[in-house]
Amino acid sequence: MSELVIKNLHVQIENKPILKGLNLTLPQGEVHAIMGPNGTGKSTLANTLMGHPSYQVTEGDILFDGKSLLNLSPAERSHLGIFLAFQYPVSIPGVTVANFLRTAVNAHRKAANPDDKGIPILEFRKIMKEKMEMLKVDSAFAGRYLNEGFSGGEKKRAEVLQMAMLQPSIAILDETDSGLDIDALRIVSEGVNTLRNKELGVLVITHYQRILNYIQPDIVHVMMDGRIVESGGPDLALDLEEHGYTWVREKLENGTSA
Amino acid sequence: MVEPMNETPVVITRNRTSTASRSTQFTFSENDIVPEKAKDLAAVREHAWEVYKTQGIPATTEEAWRRTDLSRLNAGQFGLQNNDLNDYSAATPPEEILRPLADTEQAGQIILSINDEKIKLSNDLLEKGVVFTTFSELRKNNPSLLARYIGKIVKPEEGLFPAMVQAFGQDGIFLFIPKNVKISQPLHSIIWGAIEKTARLSHVIVVLEENSEATFIHETASPENENGSAFHAGIVEILIGENARLQFVELQSLGKNVWNFSNERARVENQGTIEWTFGAIGSRLTKNFTDLDLVGEGATGKMSGFYFTDGTQHLDHDTQQNHLAPHTTSDLLFKGALLDNSHSVWQGMIYVAPGAQKTDGYQANRNLILSRNAHADSIPGLEIKADDVRCTHGATVGKIDKDELFYLLSRGIPQKEAERLIVEGFFDPIMQRIPFEGVRNRFQQYIHNKMAV
Repeated sequence: MSELVIKNLHVQIENKPILKGLNLTLPQGEVHAIMGPNGTGKSTLANTLMGHPSYQVTEGDILFDGKSLLNLSPAERSHLGIFLAFQYPVSIPGVTVANFLRTAVNAHRKAANPDDKGIPILEFRKIMKEKMEMLKVDSAFAGRYLNEGFSGGEKKRAEVLQMAMLQPSIAILDETDSGLDIDALRIVSEGVNTLRNKELGVLVITHYQRILNYIQPDIVHVMMDGRIVESGGPDLALDLEEHGYTWVREKLENGTSA
Repeated sequence: MVEPMNETPVVITRNRTSTASRSTQFTFSENDIVPEKAKDLAAVREHAWEVYKTQGIPATTEEAWRRTDLSRLNAGQFGLQNNDLNDYSAATPPEEILRPLADTEQAGQIILSINDEKIKLSNDLLEKGVVFTTFSELRKNNPSLLARYIGKIVKPEEGLFPAMVQAFGQDGIFLFIPKNVKISQPLHSIIWGAIEKTARLSHVIVVLEENSEATFIHETASPENENGSAFHAGIVEILIGENARLQFVELQSLGKNVWNFSNERARVENQGTIEWTFGAIGSRLTKNFTDLDLVGEGATGKMSGFYFTDGTQHLDHDTQQNHLAPHTTSDLLFKGALLDNSHSVWQGMIYVAPGAQKTDGYQANRNLILSRNAHADSIPGLEIKADDVRCTHGATVGKIDKDELFYLLSRGIPQKEAERLIVEGFFDPIMQRIPFEGVRNRFQQYIHNKMAV
């Protein structure tokens, strides 16, 4: 069983430190939630894990299956099984969902086997259709330009559809609940739950406890000022929902001043 | 308080190196004028020669040539095509160019190679009075038909190159669709080949009489990598009669050793329509003038352009949408991608004549810069002399969006492939305007070849 290990991670963007010594271990098969107030570095963590070039790691390491990801390109990280469901998926004008998914699936096959000739078109269509039905996505979706003119719910469903097609080992869901109404949230969460298995570790990054009613976490972490400051069971999320983050902050300040 | 000026005068000197490398002039003389048996055709040659004598190589001081510098053309090196020359190594175009570009069977095909011409036209169309042939055939068999249309829409007075083509042009392609004849199967013509130190001059005339319809795909192509400079100048004259409809696709894939110049104009009469698609990937340098003259009420023109440059290519497309009658519609979309140190220019103008009310003109040019040293100039323009019109335009020059790229990379798509996907998506609006799968496939192939590692 592999795990994602984040060790003393320090990250800056344009010389401004955002992550300041973050530690986290996420084994495959578990669901961890990271909660925290705005501006605490949650999205920075997500983008850094995926290898966004604007985020500079100044200290620490990210290991998957014992191997450091730091010198790997985003594409190579994807081939290893890291997946990021974006908070704000960009649109790719002129590129259809189907064309994009097939290109991505083929890139993964080729990374695993350089002689691979690509997925046969019929097999691809069959798999895509299955996944789309699972996510209750209209079949016309495949012919639309990726994320172009998509509603908030459609964008997030498109993210989960990609996750379903690529079958990652570690999925990072960056504020997947933001901008979703309750029905869309339920559909997206059900989609994620269907994909849950022993080979998948999920990191749910969220501001609100709401999504955790649908995607039950094994562990909840609280993030503040670029670090994980508190970890606990699912009840921790409920505490935060009820009492806010103030008590964590106070505890943290008392802790550091002591 | 104003700062006192520096007392030492600053002397600015400009080093005008361009004078040193100024192009030589062409050496063609009166003796090179192609002799014509028919008097009216001889008169066309004579007139073109008179104009030609007064023209020099265009300089960047002329507005239309400001961004396309011909100082390194060295025009003196080019001779006229010698018809006895039989040893041209690339005698016939490659299979990929000959392959039909539409899904249906072709109704006719003309291949004008360096010393060979092949003309095919279905009997059915011959019987209907369709003429699809070469100028040399017409000179023998029907010179008056050629004389009726040659030089009427693009005139030698428009510049050195059109005057040159009309005075010295060896051959051309002529398409004539009689009244009420509608052809759904496409016609295909190819001007093939360019020889070192030689001027290739081509002329295309398309005439659609009233109520007729045709689809025509015309290519100008030569081997991709040949040594030595070659030269091509072309004229395209199109007349769309009342209520006639032409679907016209032009593909330019000349080798990177070719200096390429073309003057094109379509005149569209009452309720006539032209759907005009341009694909340009070749040549060392291109200066293309394309004019759409909507002269009849209700005339419509749709122009779609695709260009993709790399290396040190320089492609300059100068388009003019002239609304000369009321209720006319034009819609232009040119999209280009640029690699390496290449340079593109698109300069467009919508002109609405006095009294051309209720016209609707649109022009847009979008450029995608794929390399730091590539450069695109995009210059839209409007000149409106009527008051009840709708004219809009837009021009953009941009780079690949970093977030789009990251998104694709994060899905495991390698950088080169991700860039290609974005470029394909960028061109998709042009693809959507092309009704032939074969042409779309050709454009896809162009993108693949240009984006290959």
